[in-house]
Amino acid sequence: MTPAKVAAEPETSLMQTPRSAPGGKQATNEPRRLADMGTGRMVWLQVLLGVALLIVWQLASGRLVDNFLISNPIAIAGRLWTWTLNGSIFIHIWATVYATVLGFAIGAVAGVAGGVWLGLSPFLSRLLNPYIWAFNAVPKVALAPLFILWFGLGIESKVALAAILVVFLVFVNTYAGVREVDQDLIDGARLMRASKRQILMKVILPSSLAWIFVGLKTAVPFALIGTIIGEMIAANRGLGYLVQRAGSDFDTAGVFAALVAIAGLAVVFNEIVGTVQSKLDGWKVISR
Amino acid sequence: MIELQHISKTFKKKESALHAVEDVNLSIAPKSIVALIGPSGCGKSTLLNMIAGLYPPSEGQVFYDGARVTDVNTNVGYMTQKDNLLPWRTVLDNVAFPLEVAGVPQAERYAAAAQLIDLVGLSGFEQKYSHELSGGMRKRVCLARMLIYKPNALLLDEPFAALDAQLRIAMHALLMRLWEEQQQTILFVTHDLVEAITLADRVVVFTRRPASIVLEQEIDLPRPRDVHEVRFTEPFHRIHNALWDRLRTQYDEVRL
Repeated sequence: MTPAKVAAEPETSLMQTPRSAPGGKQATNEPRRLADMGTGRMVWLQVLLGVALLIVWQLASGRLVDNFLISNPIAIAGRLWTWTLNGSIFIHIWATVYATVLGFAIGAVAGVAGGVWLGLSPFLSRLLNPYIWAFNAVPKVALAPLFILWFGLGIESKVALAAILVVFLVFVNTYAGVREVDQDLIDGARLMRASKRQILMKVILPSSLAWIFVGLKTAVPFALIGTIIGEMIAANRGLGYLVQRAGSDFDTAGVFAALVAIAGLAVVFNEIVGTVQSKLDGWKVISR
Repeated sequence: MIELQHISKTFKKKESALHAVEDVNLSIAPKSIVALIGPSGCGKSTLLNMIAGLYPPSEGQVFYDGARVTDVNTNVGYMTQKDNLLPWRTVLDNVAFPLEVAGVPQAERYAAAAQLIDLVGLSGFEQKYSHELSGGMRKRVCLARMLIYKPNALLLDEPFAALDAQLRIAMHALLMRLWEEQQQTILFVTHDLVEAITLADRVVVFTRRPASIVLEQEIDLPRPRDVHEVRFTEPFHRIHNALWDRLRTQYDEVRL
């Protein structure tokens, strides 16, 4: 068993979101199927659905379900508005963004480095294989108490938790990518007098790039999850802390308001990844 | 000078063993052109791989200019049967690759690459990627990439198999012209007896797997040869018929 077995294929990523429907440009013809609906109309429909759900929620709250359990959209919006006006929400958002981005960066660099290193050394990867798998099986969240002991209550422990979640995903994909490199390409480069370093930089890394990107892309939401969990366990700022604090105050509207902020952040991160990927897609013509 | 001494190769997989090459002795003089010919899958490519030093023989030794080949042999340029172009690089960047790793400045290596791309008849395709090219075009890109860094010996594994007849003759002429100028040692694998006799100084015929040498035939046709005209000459026919008689017995069992 090698880590390659569990890695996602670059082409079949779970995180793929269809960017626009293929039939989106057929403005003149009446769309035949609902799935072929134009992007503009789809956005309207999505907004409409959201508004409808919010209305149902608002009406159900206090009538069908206790307001204490599900709060209501108006109260939640009010809470977000208050936080925005007094500026407190930005401190928490910034803390979460900072830890997520830093954790992601550290995890990504460590994951790529580790994946390349073990991918290039069949001996080491065989030697370390059982340990890597044992460690991978440990729920990373369970490491949070350790990280708090090691790094304290500050941002460092959140960064560490985000990084540890990211590092395995990136590692496994990078490792698989490096192992997948066509040996013929390496042999060819060696015959053409390329040095080991040149083979790494000009053959192995470009060839693994598609795999590495899948790992990085999959890891983005996990960086956010790691940070939030770290903040929920012990922190004095951050969106996870906000959820935790509102919960212990029995402030349902506050919990929902913090969750809305987290969801919004996730959407923003996803958009950034999507933009980066579409920029790269034009360039990486890697398929053989 | 390339020398093979008692080369045997067996590929072992868990329980089965594939005996690919059996006791091959061959010595190839500098600046000579030698064609290896024999049934498909008989182990000719295995032989080239061992000369290139990609893996060692199970028995015997390979020598290049008197030195034993124990690692990748950077004296030879090797054009493999399957193209090994870097798929994320354009034709131009692929052809320039050997000069790039040698540290040649970009403008200089691009100029050299463009010239060779033109030589193999692919000008206009500099910015294409290999998946946009046909099999024959890819092989010509590989040829250009091999010629750009001027290795002393060329190993060509079925270099012209994917080309149409006219283009093949053009490539034969190109190879002959380059050889007249640069006098490399050329060792090439082919299934085409006409191609072998047209180009080579010596044709070496192999048996079915495990490959061993059945016969070696000197081709004493005068040089420079006109790659198109030479095949209609009387000496060519004499050599061709003699070789074909011997070769045919190798194919009899598969009833071609």
